Amino acid sequence: MHRLLTDAPGQQMLMLGNEAIARGALEAGVAVASTYPGTPSSEISLHLFQISRRTDLTFEYATNEKVALEVAAAAANAGLRSLSIMKHVGLNVAADALMTLAYVGVRGGMVILTADDPFMFSSQNEQDNRYYAKLSGLPMIEPSSVDEARAMMAAAFDLSEQLGEPVLFRTTTRINHSTAPVRLGPLPEPRTRGDFIKEPLRCVTVPAVSRRLHVRLLENWEKAAALSEASAFNRVTGSGTWGVICSGVSHGYVLDAVADLHLTDRVRILRIGFSHPLPERMITDFVAGCERVLVVEEGEPYLEEAARAAAQASGITVPIRGKGADLFSRLYEFDPALVRRCLAVYFGLEAPAVSTVDRSEVPDLPQRPPNLCAGCSHRATFYAVKKAAEGVETICPTDIGCYTLGFLPPLSMGDFLICMGSSVGTACGFAAATDKKVIAFIGDSTFFHSGIPGLVNAVFNQHDITLVILDNGTTAMTGHQPHPGVDMAALGIQGFGRVSIEAVVRALGVGHVTVVRPYRVEKSVAAIREAIAFKGVSVVISQEVCTLYARSLKRPRAKAFRVGDKCRNHRDCIQQLGCPAFYLDGQQVRIDADLCTGCSVCAQICPEHAIVPVREG
Amino acid sequence: METKRLIIVAVGGQGNLLASKVLGEAALAAGVPVRMSEIHGMAQRGGVVESALVFGDAHSTIISDGEADLVVGFEPLETLRALNKCHARTVVVTNLTPLPPFTVAIGRGVYPDLEHLQNLIRSRVARLVALDAAALAKAAGSILSVNMVLLGALLRVGNLPLDADAVRETIRTRTKAEFAAVNLAAFESGFAHVRD
Repeated sequence: MHRLLTDAPGQQMLMLGNEAIARGALEAGVAVASTYPGTPSSEISLHLFQISRRTDLTFEYATNEKVALEVAAAAANAGLRSLSIMKHVGLNVAADALMTLAYVGVRGGMVILTADDPFMFSSQNEQDNRYYAKLSGLPMIEPSSVDEARAMMAAAFDLSEQLGEPVLFRTTTRINHSTAPVRLGPLPEPRTRGDFIKEPLRCVTVPAVSRRLHVRLLENWEKAAALSEASAFNRVTGSGTWGVICSGVSHGYVLDAVADLHLTDRVRILRIGFSHPLPERMITDFVAGCERVLVVEEGEPYLEEAARAAAQASGITVPIRGKGADLFSRLYEFDPALVRRCLAVYFGLEAPAVSTVDRSEVPDLPQRPPNLCAGCSHRATFYAVKKAAEGVETICPTDIGCYTLGFLPPLSMGDFLICMGSSVGTACGFAAATDKKVIAFIGDSTFFHSGIPGLVNAVFNQHDITLVILDNGTTAMTGHQPHPGVDMAALGIQGFGRVSIEAVVRALGVGHVTVVRPYRVEKSVAAIREAIAFKGVSVVISQEVCTLYARSLKRPRAKAFRVGDKCRNHRDCIQQLGCPAFYLDGQQVRIDADLCTGCSVCAQICPEHAIVPVREG
Repeated sequence: METKRLIIVAVGGQGNLLASKVLGEAALAAGVPVRMSEIHGMAQRGGVVESALVFGDAHSTIISDGEADLVVGFEPLETLRALNKCHARTVVVTNLTPLPPFTVAIGRGVYPDLEHLQNLIRSRVARLVALDAAALAKAAGSILSVNMVLLGALLRVGNLPLDADAVRETIRTRTKAEFAAVNLAAFESGFAHVRD
């Protein structure tokens, strides 16, 4: 049995935040869940996917977040409880659906989980998705701890049904990837088959309908505001005339800071857990009872500006501050010491002593950046493209996945990246605007996610680009989730179709299509050279399974290689490939046989043919 | 309860997350409040994996610079890099088996001298316990049990609000059955290695 299905109400279990969220959804009786994987949200989906294979839960890895949201929206409009899970930038992809779903609403409860990533541990920006609640008019719930994330899930579903609107559930990385004891609630038997009642005057958003639906949304907004005022998720604790307003993980840092600074009888805390609509009355009363107020929130001054506006509307002039040069930044994540220092500074206390040790004698330490794995097929592809493009001036837009790491030396393949799928769209623009050869890189899963429209555009507008699709047979970066190109039957998982990337590309009318096996270096270089020379849209599909994935599937490994006596220390292997299986033993290049996957790419490029398979025995 | 803050730093693949989980489960079983966080986005791609474990009455799940009471480093360079987390009373446990990052192989940085590294850490913190955890792990039956060797050393240092038996019990019941015996042997060898 899956551990998240443990039917023991009251028992405590140690859970990752994402497990607690998945458990919370199960306790809420979720019937349909859909996602596109994205860190820091991915483990929620992983668990629900596993659970869906043993229960009546419907779970889908959707092609992208917009589709994921649409799947869940329909399920909720068929009366079922549905969950859609995505990282913060995923909600940008789904935003078109979100904005008008807010007009239409839902019948069954629907929760949209958005996992924000302050500090960008694994994201391209640190946008604050609380503004999506404000933009769409939808309610938003934000937990401050792992156990609260579980508990709030059920409440979010109830709220959604009460209002007939989807509810946004916002987490940050430090909720998703923190671990703490969670007290299990009961697991209901969910209703898993719904029915759709036709209501075209609610569900078909032609202008005349939407004009009325916007009125309905604003009425719901009013109802939600009243619920927010009364919600136990918005609460005041402590006593004193110094006020702190906070939300999310900042609440824990504030509690620790207040205890550390011995301010328990000086500071009152308003913790906001129902963050849209905000409880304006409650905030006003809170501020009115304080001498001064500090707002502690990661990201944008969302609460701060709302608190100021609420105070102004009531003519209250109590100072309210949050972001500022001497206080908090919009940048990055907070930590306990930062919050303690800002609290001390703002309330006029002596700043706490800095306890760090003297590190002035620590030498410059070599960095340990993430790297493409030993034997990664992307490295082989990048090398082949680089060789094939020698002598050609290129611009190489890249995309989001492990292969983004190819932008680092020594491969240095990747010149432009803004979002999922942008490789192809920007390739069109670079081709239109410059005289250089444009070679774009995109992964298999990203191609399905949002690469296809860009490629259609390239064909239609006759751009001269080469698109290299790095097909490693999985969504590798986020933990090997399947995508529509994956042969699920080969994994022993029934009930899935399969979409061939090559068939899609050919059907779009791409002028030149080649499939290469990147571990065959010479052949790949020759084929890619031809593709680059082609005038018009050419596509190279580079197929080789992710080496990490192959290992997790326990596929047989090729024999490792070693550096033999013929080595003359050209170091092409290190300087051009940069495979982490290489290391220097004094001045001699060697291969770590435990890391080497036997891909043989280095052996093929060594000018002395000095790299040979490890002998038997 | 007094708060104890522990940072574990490791290179992806060294079993940091399992070690953290063992401590967390042991704390839960013993009724010790515990909160943890981890950054493991690119762990499998050779990056650094950092776990923070906060025992006792705190709400935060992360640990600020200068605020770790204990630091366990699974790799010496990473232990030194984590010196920013230490204060003058911090106890540091480190493995001495280097895993040089690839940047060293391509000439972008020099791996620090191990003697110098130890002297530097020792001169800044209350105590440094350094051991060749890889050798002890191999002797215990598997190089993969480096994490358990270091857990053993950590528990012997003895200022966590957890007793070693609780951790032994967790290793026995919560690590994979086929590895439990080796894991326990590795834990004992790390535990025995540290002298008062």
